[in-house]
Amino acid sequence: MHMLADHPERARAWAMPLADIDVSKGYLFEQDVVGFYFERLRLEDPVHRAVSKRYGPYWSVTRYKDIMAVDTNHAVFSSEARIGGISLAERPQAEMFPSFIAMDPPRHDEQRRAVTPMVAPANLAMLEPTIRARACRILDGLPVGAQFDWVERVSVELTTQMLATLFDFPFEDRRLLTWWSDMATGDPDGNGPVTSWEMRLAELGKCLAYFTRLWNERVNAPPANDLISMLAHAPSTRHMSPDEFLGNLILLIVGGNDTTRNSISGGLLALNRHPDQYEKLRANPALVSSLVPEIIRWQTPLAHMRRTALADVELGGKQIRKGDKVVMWYLSGNRDPEAIEEPDRFIIDRARPRAHIAFGFGIHRCVGNRLAELQLTVLWEEILKRFPRIEVAGEPTRTRSNFVHGFTAMPVVIPARIG
Amino acid sequence: MPRVTYIEHGGKRHAIEVPVGDSVMRGAVYNGVPGIDADCGGECACATCHVYVDQAWLARTGAPGDMERSMLACGADTRPNSRLACQIRVTEALDGLVVSLPDGQH
Repeated sequence: MHMLADHPERARAWAMPLADIDVSKGYLFEQDVVGFYFERLRLEDPVHRAVSKRYGPYWSVTRYKDIMAVDTNHAVFSSEARIGGISLAERPQAEMFPSFIAMDPPRHDEQRRAVTPMVAPANLAMLEPTIRARACRILDGLPVGAQFDWVERVSVELTTQMLATLFDFPFEDRRLLTWWSDMATGDPDGNGPVTSWEMRLAELGKCLAYFTRLWNERVNAPPANDLISMLAHAPSTRHMSPDEFLGNLILLIVGGNDTTRNSISGGLLALNRHPDQYEKLRANPALVSSLVPEIIRWQTPLAHMRRTALADVELGGKQIRKGDKVVMWYLSGNRDPEAIEEPDRFIIDRARPRAHIAFGFGIHRCVGNRLAELQLTVLWEEILKRFPRIEVAGEPTRTRSNFVHGFTAMPVVIPARIG
Repeated sequence: MPRVTYIEHGGKRHAIEVPVGDSVMRGAVYNGVPGIDADCGGECACATCHVYVDQAWLARTGAPGDMERSMLACGADTRPNSRLACQIRVTEALDGLVVSLPDGQH
């Protein structure tokens, strides 16, 4: 985020009456200036009540320590879809697809457990050769000396191919996974492909139909190693209602989709904007292992997660009431100097690079976190073998969203190949 | 000072002196024992300090609390002798403790 001391938005952030600060506005993220507001809130009002025209009253939690306190207190801070779910934006019951991200224990635990083996360490080791082969193929197909869109050609493509593999989804239809993910997280007020709530619902209906067909095929076949088959055969999930099955599938498509995509884009931009770090990486490719978690911290591909209080509770000196919306701003927590040294510097060889909150903490901590890291690791290993540098050639376009923190386009040029 | 033995998944053993009051997690992280990630820094919030406690020692490490049980319930490849190392405080009674590390943290 822009943290330059003389940026005009910084003055605005500090001049504004504290009570007027509402960090849910999409333009703050699109223009990459929300960091100034987070900085002020962390210092002056770390548990801050705002009233949004769109979302009504909500609490913003901006310090790492307080975010962790909320994230780990699932008994009080609920993720349950029926009382509001896990983001500021809420949709009517009929438009919601139940998934374990938006459930509390015990249902959360049962459903998450069905998915966990897919991304357990042994399974990731098995997936690695496929990820590498795909990364190599994508990178080898990139133009040299001509501008192209990194988001389309690499970030989306690599992520989508990975998802298609995990689901054993028909490869030629894989762009549907991107489309449906963008539908699921999209908003008519954003700058993505969702044009209306009705259109979004209609498209998600087609997603449902497609996956229902795949489910019916896989449940009647012997168990296989893809996510759909695993869900169709695991004792805890094979009797899920169609709604719950589809909700969990959508969760997995979305969970692993724009997040990984935006980390792939964000990492390239960060290295370009911190050329000393890019130089350090080129000189020592083994630093990929600490580069990758730093990219994820820096980008924080999901800016927030939201909870709803099940009881009155005190937090950071404020009184939260039962029913209140509480927003954990991971994007702020990852820039909190009380938790992270020099947080506004992109440093690729930190001592404890995984000490960040981009994946959340507690029982809902991102189940795919090591898979995300694996994709980024493999990608950067293969980039460093091939291209001395990849240059961002112009201003990237950022997503207008207080939830998905990423890029819709990023023009790049690869000047030369190695060898 | 109590001694804790950490056995890597591949079999390599590390015998580490860990001060009374430190967690088993800290003993590993501060002494460069690979295989415990401790992403959350010891807050019982990430389950990446997952260890298998040698059967002979399991009861002596005490029982996991609610949060630890919740985190283990969602963990990968957990077994009856699974614990989160950040929740095991070293005492004189645990001198000689043996823990095995899983095949990767998650």
